[in-house]
Amino acid sequence: MSQTPVELLRRWVLEQVGDEAAWVAQSLETIEKGGSERDLHIFLGLAPRRLGKADLVLTDEDLAEADAAHPGWSPAGWSIDGAARVLALLSCAKNRPFAERFKDLRRTADMAELIALYRGLPLYPEPETLHFEVGEGLRSNIKAVFEAISHQNPYPRDHFDEHRWNHMILKALFVGSRLSPIIGLKERANPELARILVDFAQERWAAGRPLADEHWISVGPFRNDPAIKATLETAIAEGKLTEEALQ
Amino acid sequence: MMLIDPHAHMISRTTDDYEAMAAAGVVALIEPAFWLGQPRTFVGTYVDYLSSIVGWERFRAGQFGIRHYCTVGLNSKEANNEELAEGVMEWLPRFALKEGVVAIGEIGYDEQTPLEDKYFRLQLELAKELHLPVMVHTPHRDKKRGTSLSMDVCEEMGVDPSMVIIDHNNEETVAETLQRGYWAGFSIYPSTKMGNARMVELLKQYGGERIIVDSACDWGISDSLGVAKTAKLALESGVPEETVRKVCYQNALDAYGQSGQMKEEDWLNPPPIDQRTVYEGNSVLRGGREPHIEAPGERRAGQLLIE
Repeated sequence: MSQTPVELLRRWVLEQVGDEAAWVAQSLETIEKGGSERDLHIFLGLAPRRLGKADLVLTDEDLAEADAAHPGWSPAGWSIDGAARVLALLSCAKNRPFAERFKDLRRTADMAELIALYRGLPLYPEPETLHFEVGEGLRSNIKAVFEAISHQNPYPRDHFDEHRWNHMILKALFVGSRLSPIIGLKERANPELARILVDFAQERWAAGRPLADEHWISVGPFRNDPAIKATLETAIAEGKLTEEALQ
Repeated sequence: MMLIDPHAHMISRTTDDYEAMAAAGVVALIEPAFWLGQPRTFVGTYVDYLSSIVGWERFRAGQFGIRHYCTVGLNSKEANNEELAEGVMEWLPRFALKEGVVAIGEIGYDEQTPLEDKYFRLQLELAKELHLPVMVHTPHRDKKRGTSLSMDVCEEMGVDPSMVIIDHNNEETVAETLQRGYWAGFSIYPSTKMGNARMVELLKQYGGERIIVDSACDWGISDSLGVAKTAKLALESGVPEETVRKVCYQNALDAYGQSGQMKEEDWLNPPPIDQRTVYEGNSVLRGGREPHIEAPGERRAGQLLIE
């Protein structure tokens, strides 16, 4: 049987923190047993100080185990302190609604904490209670925080409604964030998004600004939709757009 | 020459300032929590302000290739609002261990009231407990006495002078500050604090031991290039390069580096996670390039086209 995400994180973190393994194990035990919120805050605060910020070292096998534990989850690019923070949050005693605890942490989080908190999204309990919290992260002007949600994270694919999905894609384009690391880009494409993207392309053309090829990934499947078909054909005829981009 | 501005309220400054500072050689700066010019009347606005300086402003600085650190604390003016002060004190411990927090500050006295004294002492206690340095704001009025009092209280509270930066010194306070073993900060701030020509004279007299130059630039008429212009003027005036390097770079690093949160590697060789996220696309290693001092916005003014 495959291991759970918590078991995997615990194994990776304990293996990679050297002499601090005992401190991590001890802290997790306190947190699991329902220690005070202060114990959690102190662990989260000390994690980068004691464990460092190096990248978590993961083999292909580890990544496959992650995907098996939670489809779409990829901890590639996580740091050790970030992994330890998510692990601590997942280890908390269930004595408080998860979203409430998350909010409390998010409100006072520094940048690295925000990134860690949002990368952990696919693993948290009661995912449907986190919509407000996810919205706050998506609205962040800090690109890395936005990407902690949008990139290599199956939560949007699995839990966003169409409106939120579409606006995440639009924001990604607007802030110059790559689309290809978004999980579910093809499955979640929809006619409304295609229409908005074509409108947006027209704005960019009018302003004389370039468009990334990735802009068209979510448009291609709906290119024959009557709402956009004529506009796309005109753009191709005028040399603003290529057939290949729509493939 | 790499420079550090260890006192700059960037939340009040524009992107032109960041660009000019980066071009002048500033690789890192420290943003002390302070009074915003307008008193806060809710604890929540203070909390969100602290979140801004540990989060958003740090990110913003990174976009210009400058490493951003901060200090957290309850400033002396707002210490006089007891309801607010009590609330802020409850939240402070949660911010003191955030990434990039290099001290408790800026704290100290404004009008030297009993409430200011109370919260100064409570925050010194917190700094001691967390092994954090302290940035002390010395008052504008009754300055000499206020500066002495600040140091008296630090000692009374058992805080080691080597962990304390007494800021906003001038010709009248520097001798005592140095003699008592503290770091002596000087804010190159027009009209109300130090001028850089006066600073150069002090450097000739005192040398570079434990002296730290900063700009204290904020929402008032102030100069984000205070450190860069002082370094340039000092070098042109024959102050030894080593002294200039100390007061405009190394001493700030040594003093605030005692927090464990500020290291030279942060800008010379940041960890991959920071390179991917915070400092994306920004190379700080402007090595070999001559620092360029121009007024913030100078380049902007010469550009008619906005694209």
